[in-house]
Amino acid sequence: MTHRFTHGRTTFTFPDLATLMARASPRRSGDELAGLAAASAEERVAAQVCLAEVPLTRFLEEPLIPPEQDEVTRLILDRHDLAAFAPVGGLTVGQFRDWLLRYETDGTVLTALAPGLTPEMVAAVSKVMRQQDLILVASKIRKVTRFRSTLGLPGTLAVRLQPNHPADDPRGIAASILDGLMYGCGDAVIGINPATDSPSSYHELAGLMDRLITEYHIPTQSCVLAHLSTALRAMEAGAPVDLVFQSIAGTEAANRSFGIDLALLREARAAALSLGRVPPGGQVMYFETGQGSCLSAGAHHGIDQQTLEARAYAVAREFDPLLVNTVVGFIGPEYLYDGKQIIRAGLEDHFCGKMLGLPMGCDVCYTNHAEADQDDMDTLLTLLGTAGCNFIMGVPGAADVMLGYQSTSFHDSHYLRQLLGLRPAPEFAAWLETMGIMQDGLRLQPAGPHHALVAPQLQALAASPN
Amino acid sequence: METISHTPDPWTGLRTLTEARIALGRTGGSLPTAEVLDFRLDHAAARDAVLTPFDPTALADEILALGTGVFTVTSAAANRAQYLQRPDSGRQLSAGSRAALTDFAAGRPPVDLVIIAADGLSTQAVRQIVPLLRGLLPALQGAGWELAPVIVASQARVALQDEIGNLLQARLSLILLGERPGLGSADSLGAYFTWAPRPGRSDAERNCLSNIRAAGLPPAAAAVRLFHLLTESRRRGLSGTSLKDETPLPGLQHRRD
Repeated sequence: MTHRFTHGRTTFTFPDLATLMARASPRRSGDELAGLAAASAEERVAAQVCLAEVPLTRFLEEPLIPPEQDEVTRLILDRHDLAAFAPVGGLTVGQFRDWLLRYETDGTVLTALAPGLTPEMVAAVSKVMRQQDLILVASKIRKVTRFRSTLGLPGTLAVRLQPNHPADDPRGIAASILDGLMYGCGDAVIGINPATDSPSSYHELAGLMDRLITEYHIPTQSCVLAHLSTALRAMEAGAPVDLVFQSIAGTEAANRSFGIDLALLREARAAALSLGRVPPGGQVMYFETGQGSCLSAGAHHGIDQQTLEARAYAVAREFDPLLVNTVVGFIGPEYLYDGKQIIRAGLEDHFCGKMLGLPMGCDVCYTNHAEADQDDMDTLLTLLGTAGCNFIMGVPGAADVMLGYQSTSFHDSHYLRQLLGLRPAPEFAAWLETMGIMQDGLRLQPAGPHHALVAPQLQALAASPN
Repeated sequence: METISHTPDPWTGLRTLTEARIALGRTGGSLPTAEVLDFRLDHAAARDAVLTPFDPTALADEILALGTGVFTVTSAAANRAQYLQRPDSGRQLSAGSRAALTDFAAGRPPVDLVIIAADGLSTQAVRQIVPLLRGLLPALQGAGWELAPVIVASQARVALQDEIGNLLQARLSLILLGERPGLGSADSLGAYFTWAPRPGRSDAERNCLSNIRAAGLPPAAAAVRLFHLLTESRRRGLSGTSLKDETPLPGLQHRRD
């Protein structure tokens, strides 16, 4: 179906829904790289005007990627809940935006609606929304998940402690974990990106975190962010695995390029649940996503990167994750060029994920070849805090020495928690209080070298300096 | 003047265990001023490394002084902004350079190796190139390698080595270029080589030495390692993951950027 809009003497035409979605997407370098972006600012808004007129039901009738080609499309259509969709079933994309912003549309309504929405509907409405809309609507939605800590409760902000080391050195990693815990971070997860993706390395790192969590009774969970297949092998070998990690994307072909499919994700989740480490009803999966991953894998099917990112969330929600993290600026300036594009993308991803019922967090980050700096990250961090983001990253000094990019720091989490009165997960806040690290979940306490967490590492260092 | 002291962290000693920025101390819950500025300085160096214009003439003169021929080309990227947003533009030659290099190659015999000296993502890393060539060129010449002139390339991505190697009928193509700068390592050079280079080669078909800089893998040591790797690649007639899998040489990596 062709979409047309005339403005002055110019008529803009969009031959199909996929083209319309791509042309309506706010400007970003990745869509330009893929040759999908609007050719002018006016064409972009013309596409948004046309998109606002599209009935939501159209997305059920015209799948952007044919189901026979793509298991993610099949998953989206199979799982679509018509009864849940009913409250908005008669609306266009533009009317849907208006409906979302009504006072009556509260968190309860939106939570009930989530199974009735497809990623394409959510991506479409985000394209006609301003940033304040993305923030306001997302802030209405809470998604609570549990392992040893309870995440996503109102008034809380959790932090993933990211203690990476370029050689996976256990003492170097332990030092960064200590730094994070003493700064009150780590309630979302202690999650290590290993430099080496091998079962033995996985086992060693998982063991290190497990011993620490057990010895100090830390109400948190651990994760080694290796490939799913490595986690499966490590679990078979008896590694103490809390969360299983995987990078996921919005098309079957992109997921295959990551070496996974839905069946493998199902198998890994079942394996993690069978270990019996998670309390009943809790979650065991940790997913990471990011706009541009399908294009990067040569698997984008002519669909814009923001819509594909939303489709990755349909994959995520199938597996009831504890954490979903959009690593928004990691991919580089060929996908998100500058601070403005990164900020918009971060808010879109958080909104789309929350609308689809996910416990969304964000790695607020950038690389050194992007036109961005810490000030841009402060802006996105602040906006995500107001939008009710479940968790952020905590990297020592914001600089990841293994992955070579900049994220948010332990100090940044204190900024946001102070500013917005957000506390850690309740179990973790109580532990911090017991350990004399933080008072009332907001204020760090002075700690000396004899602190129970600090002293053992200092003693080990004195005994064996290298 | 009043002294405002921040709260130091008593685990400063653990900094010897990791390059991560731990034990930074705090004022309230925020970073002390000195740490804010230290971070900014490192980021500024990384940004400058990306954005400072590359001077191909100066590099060409330095390479000529090593006693080898030099040929200068540009990629299809018209400027730095385009280079950063459109990696594909940095993977192919500009029309003018393609024509010039085609003319140059006409009637010349195939060569064993073409070395490309390029800016990549860090023009600060270019300073590692001449010290590296000072070790590598004599070793190759001593072993009887037929070499093309060194190609100095501006706004280049790794895969530019495919088109250049193909035009010059080179058995192997080696590109030396600046890596994406990290905080505190803005001058790190990468070396990537590909057997039988031609457009369309995948990254899995390349091998890489990274972190070439004084504080990482020093250029002279990188030259020794590259010489051995190139020799092995030529002997076996391949590059990429299979070379990596079967030759456990230290420092050899699969391409990851």
